[in-house]
Amino acid sequence: MSEALRMFGAIAGAWVRAGFTYRTSFVVLTSTGMILTFLDFAIILIMFSHLDALGGFTLTQIAVLYGLSGFAIGVADLLLGNAEMLGQRVRDGTLDQMLVRPVPALVQVAADRFALRRVGRVLQSGAVLGWGLSAAPIDWTPLRVLVLASALVCGSLIFASLFVLGGAFQVFAGDASEVANAFTYGGNTLTQYPLAIYPVEVVRAVTFIVPLAFVNWYPALYVLGVDDPFDLPAAFQVASPVVAALFVAVAALTWRTALRHYRSTGS
Amino acid sequence: MSASLYAGLASRGFRRYATYRSATLAGIFTNTVFGVIISYTYIALWVERPQLGGYGIAQALTFAWVAQALIMPVGLFGGGIVADYSERVRSGAVATDLQRPAPLLAVRLAEDLGRAAYALLTRGIAPMLVGALLFPLAWPSSVSTWLLFALSITLAVVIGFALRYLLGLLAFWIIDTSGPASVLVVLQIFASGSALPLVTFPGVLRRICELLPFRCLVQVPCDVLLREDTGTGSLPLIGLQLLWATTLLGLGAVLTRAAVRTVVVQGG
Repeated sequence: MSEALRMFGAIAGAWVRAGFTYRTSFVVLTSTGMILTFLDFAIILIMFSHLDALGGFTLTQIAVLYGLSGFAIGVADLLLGNAEMLGQRVRDGTLDQMLVRPVPALVQVAADRFALRRVGRVLQSGAVLGWGLSAAPIDWTPLRVLVLASALVCGSLIFASLFVLGGAFQVFAGDASEVANAFTYGGNTLTQYPLAIYPVEVVRAVTFIVPLAFVNWYPALYVLGVDDPFDLPAAFQVASPVVAALFVAVAALTWRTALRHYRSTGS
Repeated sequence: MSASLYAGLASRGFRRYATYRSATLAGIFTNTVFGVIISYTYIALWVERPQLGGYGIAQALTFAWVAQALIMPVGLFGGGIVADYSERVRSGAVATDLQRPAPLLAVRLAEDLGRAAYALLTRGIAPMLVGALLFPLAWPSSVSTWLLFALSITLAVVIGFALRYLLGLLAFWIIDTSGPASVLVVLQIFASGSALPLVTFPGVLRRICELLPFRCLVQVPCDVLLREDTGTGSLPLIGLQLLWATTLLGLGAVLTRAAVRTVVVQGG
């Protein structure tokens, strides 16, 4: 594991240095990246210029939901976002090169074209989260702090697993990389809002099939002390670590299966 | 000769994208998922504030799905010509483009119209049909509104092209255009109204967005479609699009001449 991390660091570091070659571009891209991800929150702010509550949630409570989701996908995107370019490597056969090198393929896929500018989303979401947590009325207890901290880690793991699953899918359907976007970026957009605004079928789907609700919704209900509008078991609100562990296992297994079934283009 | 030349270029642009069928299906799926998510956020907003911005809930939902349909045809997320272009300038391949016996801008416009037509027929229409099945949408009944809408979409595509073309020209002066490209994407997504209709924006912000060309990409076509009073009421909107289209294309033509004068192609 530590060996894999060291190799990740070596490859990612090379890409970071390469990225600094065009320094102005790096600064512009990082800042516009932050603005771009902030736009989603700007939309929520504009909505709240007409509203006091959306789906029963106040602006500061939604800031917590938004911040948790954005932070989680931000970390996952920084570390594994390039898995979405795997289809390109399958098409032109360059995945073969990765498979013969003495470095785990997933490490190479993650570190290839590592883009430090993606840290922008983590910082921007973290700032909104910090504001939401300080402004929303929260009755802090040690357990709430623990649930919040575990949400940051588990949410990142759930989104990271989605990126890996998306990568595995592209081994079979190289052209269809965009399907993964519906789950990763679509999941991010979906969870920026309180699930209370969606029909119960959507909530069941993101609880039992693609566990996006465990990224921020259930932990946030616990931290904010809000009753679950769908009356699902209260245990869900502290279950993110279990769900994340299961989902990581599913993603790891799928990734291995996909690589075993990889058929090179031969070029 | 030129009409058939440009028709040929447009049809190549169409077929270039039509080759990737599974990519198209994937795109339709993704646009549909986003359409559904955004629809529920609009429902939550309009249930609290009926008639916000002059839209009823059905109009707001129609706006959401038309905006999804226009993302790819007008190129809200960039890509296409922009991604191609700085690479072509950097690699020197631009020299071949400049030797062709047709103006660069017209060639690129024809190709992009073909691309946009394919995007509209697939990723534009298919998600909208799903949206119409799932949500109550407001469609106009008069033929003239639909004709004006078609004209307005075409102009939106031309304006979207012109914006990306101008960005592509930047590659002649600065090597890495990815920074400006991301600024353009931010402006296009936000100031076009694609994320939330401009009619819901607060005072100053709305006035600023209405001065910019970006609203011609999404908000204006939607207004043309959603107007109750058919016919002449939409003509000023079409006029505004025409004005921006000619201004931006004119600017593109002038800057192309300037760019060609600066270009130094290294051999190889």
